Amino acid sequence: MSQDPTANFKQVNHSVTKVDARQLALGKPSYVADFAPADALVVKMLWSPHPHARIQSIDVSDAEKMPGVKAVLWHGNVPRIAHCTAGQGFPEPSPYDTFMFDTKVRFVGDRVAAVAAETEEQALAALARIKVKYEILQPVLSIDEAMADGAPVIHDEPEAHVPIPIPYEPKKNLVARVGCEAGDFEKGLKEADFAFDDTYETPYAQHCPIEPYVSLAQIDSAGRIVITTSTQVPFHCRRIVAQTLGIPVQKIRVIKPRIGGGFGSKQEILLEDIVAMFALRTGRPCFWQFTREENFRTGRTRHPIRVRIRAGVKKDGTITAIGMDCWNNTGAYGGHGLTVVSCCGSKVLPLYRCENIHFLGKVYYTNLPVGGAYRGFGATQAFFGMESTVDKMAEAIGMDPLKFRQLNHIKSGEGSPVFAALGEGKEGVPMTVGSCALGECIVKGAEAIGWKNRADWRRKSGRYRRGIGMAALMQGSSIPHIDMGGASIKINEDGSFNLLVGATDLGTGSDTVLAQIAAEELATTTDKMIVYSSDTDMTPFDVGAYASSTTYLSGEAARKAAADAKRQILHTGAEMLNLPEDQVVCKDAHVQSRDGQHKVSYSDIACYSLYSKNQYQIIGTASHITQKSPPPFAAHFAEIEVDTWTGNIKVLKYVSTIDCGTAVNPALCEGQTEGGTLNGISYALTEQYLFRNGRMTNASFTDYHIFSMRDKPPIQAIIVPSYEETGPFGAKSVSEICINGPAPVFGNAIYNATGARLNEFPFTPEKVLKAIQAVKR
Amino acid sequence: MKQNPNTVSFTLNGELKTFATEPNEKLLALLRREGYKGTKYGCGQGTCGACTVLMDDRAVYACLLYAMQAEGRDIRTIESIGTFDKPSELQQELIQGGAVQCGFCIPGMIMSAEALMKAETTFDDDIVREYMDGNLCRCTGYEKIWAALRKVLDRQESAGVQGSGASSHPES
Repeated sequence: MSQDPTANFKQVNHSVTKVDARQLALGKPSYVADFAPADALVVKMLWSPHPHARIQSIDVSDAEKMPGVKAVLWHGNVPRIAHCTAGQGFPEPSPYDTFMFDTKVRFVGDRVAAVAAETEEQALAALARIKVKYEILQPVLSIDEAMADGAPVIHDEPEAHVPIPIPYEPKKNLVARVGCEAGDFEKGLKEADFAFDDTYETPYAQHCPIEPYVSLAQIDSAGRIVITTSTQVPFHCRRIVAQTLGIPVQKIRVIKPRIGGGFGSKQEILLEDIVAMFALRTGRPCFWQFTREENFRTGRTRHPIRVRIRAGVKKDGTITAIGMDCWNNTGAYGGHGLTVVSCCGSKVLPLYRCENIHFLGKVYYTNLPVGGAYRGFGATQAFFGMESTVDKMAEAIGMDPLKFRQLNHIKSGEGSPVFAALGEGKEGVPMTVGSCALGECIVKGAEAIGWKNRADWRRKSGRYRRGIGMAALMQGSSIPHIDMGGASIKINEDGSFNLLVGATDLGTGSDTVLAQIAAEELATTTDKMIVYSSDTDMTPFDVGAYASSTTYLSGEAARKAAADAKRQILHTGAEMLNLPEDQVVCKDAHVQSRDGQHKVSYSDIACYSLYSKNQYQIIGTASHITQKSPPPFAAHFAEIEVDTWTGNIKVLKYVSTIDCGTAVNPALCEGQTEGGTLNGISYALTEQYLFRNGRMTNASFTDYHIFSMRDKPPIQAIIVPSYEETGPFGAKSVSEICINGPAPVFGNAIYNATGARLNEFPFTPEKVLKAIQAVKR
Repeated sequence: MKQNPNTVSFTLNGELKTFATEPNEKLLALLRREGYKGTKYGCGQGTCGACTVLMDDRAVYACLLYAMQAEGRDIRTIESIGTFDKPSELQQELIQGGAVQCGFCIPGMIMSAEALMKAETTFDDDIVREYMDGNLCRCTGYEKIWAALRKVLDRQESAGVQGSGASSHPES
């Protein structure tokens, strides 16, 4: 083993204090709502009460005359421009099927008309006076109904189209289709000693950031629109608002302050076009904050996906074929539909060595809530199916499921045909895996959970039965050749630096991580970094916070910008020391001669370069795109106790190992892992959307339960380091992967406890009890 | 006796104040428009705890209370806890322990912990969970918040500090 490359790091791989932690813990004004001026108009929306209807008429005349009302927006008085609300690369791999307002409503919670008034009460009173006549249409309330011959057409508007050449057939409610084949899948199935064919269902869920969607638009003194918004994608936001309003990008500035959580939900432009339009119409600041109910109904959700896994295995443990068919219900609008289903294949299938692979993903509209980006992004749904079937394969050949995974998982230096075949709206990028510590993750996790004590379910009896389950996982780090991040960094008189990044910290800690990376490169300390992120007027471009990209992609941009600044610092430092440039180095915020005899501080270099001689601004700038998307790996384990009388599941212990390359900030990596894991646990055990005629009936934290401190089982996060040569100081990604584990881990643990195999979750007591009762011993 | 039905008077962070209000105005709305932005709107239904403040040393949801219900009471918000130079003991542990991710829930968490420390003298895990159950966090999985809180409570317990709670300005 060569020397640990992280051994000499002074900033990276240290749990540096998060740069914004103090202001947030003190409750200082930091979030969008904290900046709404007292005279801001309050925006409220009239939402569709119907899952599918045509608006025959709207009369807003009474509403316009109500006290305090400054403007009303509806389809009759705004531009009709087809666009996509998903904040993705441009042109988007998603249909343009959305208008600011339309003559048709497609789900309960779709826009009908909006009011801006002096107070919330006045806005709500005005909404009640808007008269709407609907022609009720037959709703499509399941993906099976959407696929049926003669199904009602949800997007019958002529403008609906895709901006890039991908399959899109709105007349059949088909949003997208994507697939790939490698080897000979059918032949592989025939060669197997055991074949499997199972279909799994994954449910709707909401991200539930504690800060709901919120946006503020103001017209500045120069007449430009300044949008302060809780977004993961400020630059996409600017582009999409410009498109939707039919105005130039130049007229808009988007500022992202601190964000109260996103998890993918805020990778969507849901409020910004409305507050911007109202600001233009009224000249007043306009503020719109979703209620929690609106956050559930109208906010984006995790796509429910049906996953069929067909697989074959030989007695020696060789996997001869893996087939995955996915049916993705994208709800009323198609943003992220194709890309999420692509990731079902691309982030899951490569995990196991197999020559014969089949993948087909289909995406359909329904008149249900709209799917979007959600941490895990398709991999979460597909891993539930994949890892359940992997356990079944192991059992069929009489092999320990842990050993079966060790035998078959992808390893460093290996590739997968899936990497090249599946991209996002186009082909992927061929890739061999660089860093991979999955083997060690499995060993360490098994030890932490006590895997060796795991017993077959047939040997268990009594009311309470314990079970241990596991899953192996991967994800990606950025979207190669598509995502781009930019950074610039300049020096100040005291040797501090302004680090300007387009990357979007939504509570993840990326400002801190990027500051650590820049500080490491510059041989200074993280506390010398003043980080300013995500302001479209002030910072370089970045695609935003998604696809597990920020540390790997934007981090490398920050490192390169810092290296650029460092070259200039060395140049000026050498000039001041009267030494050749190749005789000086950067160390401890100084430029010094190689022997350390002569040195000059960054502060003196800054002052010299700004005031003394040959003046110039030391400023480094860089952009970065990635050539590959190195997967982080993880092995998750849990021990549970099933009450066979009630079906209740108690989680005794959960272990999340993570190989994220170099952990730039280990405490934050653990925090990401613990938080994502608990979100996954909550999703697997309790979270679900309940519907009556397409209307969610449990749109509150009272009825849609997310785990509290009392519910939380003990979660142990174990960082297992590797070194990814292509990432900044060896880093890859950490944020998404951890949410993929709990559903398959619990499914496997329930089986191990009781012999009951559940192909759908949440694993509510009713479902578990029914499955236990069906077990034949 | 209240003279003007459209005002409310209460002690806010140690200072007696009078505010104009309306009968239907929530305490959360009043606090926020008066500049106390550390108290957050997360659900408006008393289910997430982001708006938690202390009323006579008990944790309450400011989104459920009408402003007028604060008449004559002692209200404390996160703005009364710690400063940049001298954060409270709990704030310091949260900051150092990496427990602040998006931070939106943190002021509410701190206020619930204040209520706990004011009311209780021993801090069994079950009691702590009971007090903190009303504050939801979606980022952290609570592990690091729990660890930070536990550290402070353990120190208080072993120091035998009773009912003072006010860990806001530790002497150390």
